[in-house]
Amino acid sequence: MFSRMTIGEKWFQVFAVMFIAGLSVLFVYPFIHVLSISLSTPSEAIRPGLHLFPQEFSLEAYRKAVSSTQIWYGFRNTIFRTVVGTVLSVVVMVMAAYPLSKKYLPDRRFYTLFIVMTMFFSGGLIPSYMLIKSLGLYDSMLVYIIPSLFVTFSLLILRNFFIGIPQELEDSARMDGANDIRILFSVVLPLSAPIIATITLWSAVRYWNEWFQALIYIQDQTKIVLQIYLRRLVVENQDMELRMLMSQQPGQETVTPETVKAAVLMIITGPIIIVYPFLQKYFVKGVMIGSLKE
Amino acid sequence: MASLTRNRKLTAESRWKRYKKHKYLFILLLPALIWYSVFQYAPLYGVQLAFKDFRVLEGINGSPWVGFKHFEVMFTSTSQFWRVFRNTVVISLYHIIFGFPAAIVLALIFNEIRGKVFKRVTQSISYLPHFLSWVILAGLFGTILSPSTGIVNYILTMLGLDTIYFLGDPDYFRFTLVTTSIWKEVGWGTIIYLAALASINPNLYEAASIDGAGRWKQTLHITLPSILPVICIMFIFQISGILDAGFDQILNLYHPAVYEVADILDTYVFRVGLSQMQYSLTTAVGLFKNVIALLLVLGTDYFIKKAGQEGLF
Repeated sequence: MFSRMTIGEKWFQVFAVMFIAGLSVLFVYPFIHVLSISLSTPSEAIRPGLHLFPQEFSLEAYRKAVSSTQIWYGFRNTIFRTVVGTVLSVVVMVMAAYPLSKKYLPDRRFYTLFIVMTMFFSGGLIPSYMLIKSLGLYDSMLVYIIPSLFVTFSLLILRNFFIGIPQELEDSARMDGANDIRILFSVVLPLSAPIIATITLWSAVRYWNEWFQALIYIQDQTKIVLQIYLRRLVVENQDMELRMLMSQQPGQETVTPETVKAAVLMIITGPIIIVYPFLQKYFVKGVMIGSLKE
Repeated sequence: MASLTRNRKLTAESRWKRYKKHKYLFILLLPALIWYSVFQYAPLYGVQLAFKDFRVLEGINGSPWVGFKHFEVMFTSTSQFWRVFRNTVVISLYHIIFGFPAAIVLALIFNEIRGKVFKRVTQSISYLPHFLSWVILAGLFGTILSPSTGIVNYILTMLGLDTIYFLGDPDYFRFTLVTTSIWKEVGWGTIIYLAALASINPNLYEAASIDGAGRWKQTLHITLPSILPVICIMFIFQISGILDAGFDQILNLYHPAVYEVADILDTYVFRVGLSQMQYSLTTAVGLFKNVIALLLVLGTDYFIKKAGQEGLF
């Protein structure tokens, strides 16, 4: 293959590889930088320049970070909403996508439009806020789960996948007397593992990362999530949080705001970065399927 | 006339029969219908606040109608609305001019790479930032772009340039917004184009190279025309989102020193609406935004169809 290329093409190949390699460094370096700072002593952390590996190693920032009770509330609530939210969200989206994929669903066109239309308008922030308040979801853990159950884009991807499953497979099960719900679980779902994996991963990331609802709907400090905890440190620069983290007993190593922020950031980003290489093909699959038009 | 009524009766009857026959399908769909009614359609009822003066004690229904008063307040020159509107459009235009082509160009470059493993690994790396929240990235960029200890300013100083306060200087803030947003989304944005590129018939390239067309000519005459439909659809989405200039990003990166260049419609609604409790005025701003966005989708779709491409609807 390579030998068939002209000189110009070879040069272009070299340029393309170097360009992409350089870009990859730009994508990866910030994470290494912050990871390195989170593991550094204060004097090392504030040194300007490249941070690939801490010259002076210290775990004190992590020790400080996990000594806060807030971060543990954050962990508990984030894991709760990620697990429960993801499971529920995938279940209800699969339930809805299956009928929408069936030509014989009565008024199928109307229901599809009813759902797709919502991609193009919304009531806006204030009406939604008032709705959440009037439903009694304000300051309730349920506000993390219920209002974000459905994502129309994911629902359509699921539907498009189900449309592609040969009808004959279902017909034989129907002959045996299975109803639609049975068929969905025993015939369709086993064939849909890859797309379900994609939707599950997207949901999990979405529930893990969500911060805005937590910001406007949650007051109770025992109900906060990790994203809000991090936001207080890095966006709102809340001194109280930091000072509490920085307060030290005599004899302890010192930390700086930079190292503690970096440690909290790595604690929250870590789970995504760790699972990503193993599951990355599933993260992408859905877009590929969804981009093929019906 | 008589037969017509009978026909209608028949269809109503057969519809009922069809529902009965497929009742399990309908049961499966029911949670979605309820959820969409409550969380997507019910808020539309609250939109009437844009034409009312909201009073907390009387609720949405009890508040008095005031017509277009809030729109008048909004459009008068003394309000901040026009500044916010201009910021939104300018930032979005930067995204369209720089961010939109960036994904296409990157996809074309990825497509040229021959090394399979290298390609797969670098692609995966480029998708990763898409899966992180702007809260996390605010922390990340705060560190990287810091004027005192950040690596970017360290490099600038080494090159003999001045230190730039990327996140605090109104002259640079929009630049920072656009570049950080490209950093986050460009890799993920390539996927849809790569899928389109993968589905091009390889015979086309073979035929072209027999005719003596080099890679550049092939890109121009085969690759780009083949992915043009996808580009058009993505462009419709991009245009329809012109009044969404990146709420998540800006709310986590901005602060009062850069409001002048970075306060957009959504952040304005959030700040003035929720913090200052100006529900009616900000509902009006939200309504204005949503109506424009809807018109933009329909308008762009219309023009793209006129130009002979497949649209959305």
